[in-house]
Amino acid sequence: MRWINRRPRRPAAIILALVPFVIVIGAYVIASDIRLAENPSDRLTPAPSQIIDTFVMLATEPDRRTGRIPLWSDTWASLQRLLAGVAIAAGIGLVFGLLIGLLPFARAGLAPFAAAISLVPPLALLPILFIVFGLGETAKIVLIVVGIGPFLIRDLSQRVLEIPSELLVKAQTLGASTWQIALRVALPQVLPRLVQAVRLSLGPAWLFLIAAEAIAAEGGLGYRIFLVRRYLAMDIILSYVVWITFLAFLLDYALKSLSRAAFAWFHGGEDL
Amino acid sequence: MTAVSVHDVWKSYDGRPVLERLNIEVEEGAFCAIVGASGCGKSTFLRLLLAQELPSRGEIRIADADPATEPQADRGIVFQRYSVFPHLTVRDNLIFAAEIAASRTLGRTWGRTRRNLRDEAEATLERVGLGHAAKLCPSALSGGMQQRLAIAQALTKKPKVLLLDEPFGALDPGTRATMHEFLLELWRETAMTIFMVTHDIKEAFKLATRILAFDKVRDDPTDPGAYGATITYDLPLDDKTEKDAFNGPN
Repeated sequence: MRWINRRPRRPAAIILALVPFVIVIGAYVIASDIRLAENPSDRLTPAPSQIIDTFVMLATEPDRRTGRIPLWSDTWASLQRLLAGVAIAAGIGLVFGLLIGLLPFARAGLAPFAAAISLVPPLALLPILFIVFGLGETAKIVLIVVGIGPFLIRDLSQRVLEIPSELLVKAQTLGASTWQIALRVALPQVLPRLVQAVRLSLGPAWLFLIAAEAIAAEGGLGYRIFLVRRYLAMDIILSYVVWITFLAFLLDYALKSLSRAAFAWFHGGEDL
Repeated sequence: MTAVSVHDVWKSYDGRPVLERLNIEVEEGAFCAIVGASGCGKSTFLRLLLAQELPSRGEIRIADADPATEPQADRGIVFQRYSVFPHLTVRDNLIFAAEIAASRTLGRTWGRTRRNLRDEAEATLERVGLGHAAKLCPSALSGGMQQRLAIAQALTKKPKVLLLDEPFGALDPGTRATMHEFLLELWRETAMTIFMVTHDIKEAFKLATRILAFDKVRDDPTDPGAYGATITYDLPLDDKTEKDAFNGPN
């Protein structure tokens, strides 16, 4: 039988899914063991038990200087920035995507500009953002917007253009105006695609968030990681990396569930 | 009364004519089947009737009104695919036009207005055999049911002319026969003018009162794109309405 036709059964699929995790974690544990056996005060590869202890400490004990629990205050600060940036970018992407996708005049005027803007490397703009918006929250949120906005605009204009022209013609023969077509035909059809695009852009959004926090912040997950880097506090860094990964997974999962619940008509087939 | 008059219509793309010298007058209540080989401009002609595209030359008038410049509510359309809104339930597809008309700003109705529209739609749904499916998404319907919905939806604005672009092309023969009956029944009830593009000659003779065959009459062997297609046969099947009204189709 050809390999493209062989499928794992359910237990085999679960085991196969676990294998890469087990290999990576196992490799780390072995490396950590070897290094700690040579030098018990080694800081680069803390033992898993120590990482867990550090994580519990970060999540329960208040910081002596600020009196706040670092993990939660950092998480709160970062999530606010991330969600604000992603929400603003999604709104901009949706509005401009509909304009570019539906109106030939808007397309002629804006599509080349959006394509050019999306080629500007956002991190190169970071100094400008800090100069213009100061070192506060605005610059970090704007970096996320600048970072993922152009992608969302281009992706959504494309999705609007892909709406079968038959549907737009049908709506016209049913008496709908441009505005009504945008509202009742195009918007509901691209909303599930907006969720898909936002899911894809969450990775870059985290990247821009952590980059901005690393450079100038008074709190946040990226701030903490780059702060303790100076002390080679790998236990804290690894705790935060795992925590950020978990948050990213939760956000992605929430968006996926939201889309399935809200747009049942869209999710006929299989998706990732 | 003349429902559709096509006067010296040409359609070219990049200077290459696809259709040329089209001249017909169609009486109100006629059922015209448009037949011809692939690529002879049948669907282009339908798009011209729809005003989705405009003729390069000449004009098309519906009920003696000025030539339309974009698709509008006096002409209904049913495509082979993508004919209904996939994000709306069957019932909401049917009340779409009424909601659009009731609310210019949001295109949506709530409360009692919406309930009334839905109640009205209920009767239509029963009438077209979709009563059980009111709350389903179109993707949950079979191909034939989707086309029933598409036709019912196209008729909600009571168009003067109904345009059908190979509406039954993707259906199996059994379903197709039922759809023929369904369409003929609606046509007799509403007395509207129908244009149907079809590949199926038997279907054309079974349903239509008039057959328009498209083909190229002029051909330049050294330059196959030099001339466009035109109506080569305009065949009235006059006894149709009376005979079928008494005997039923087939």
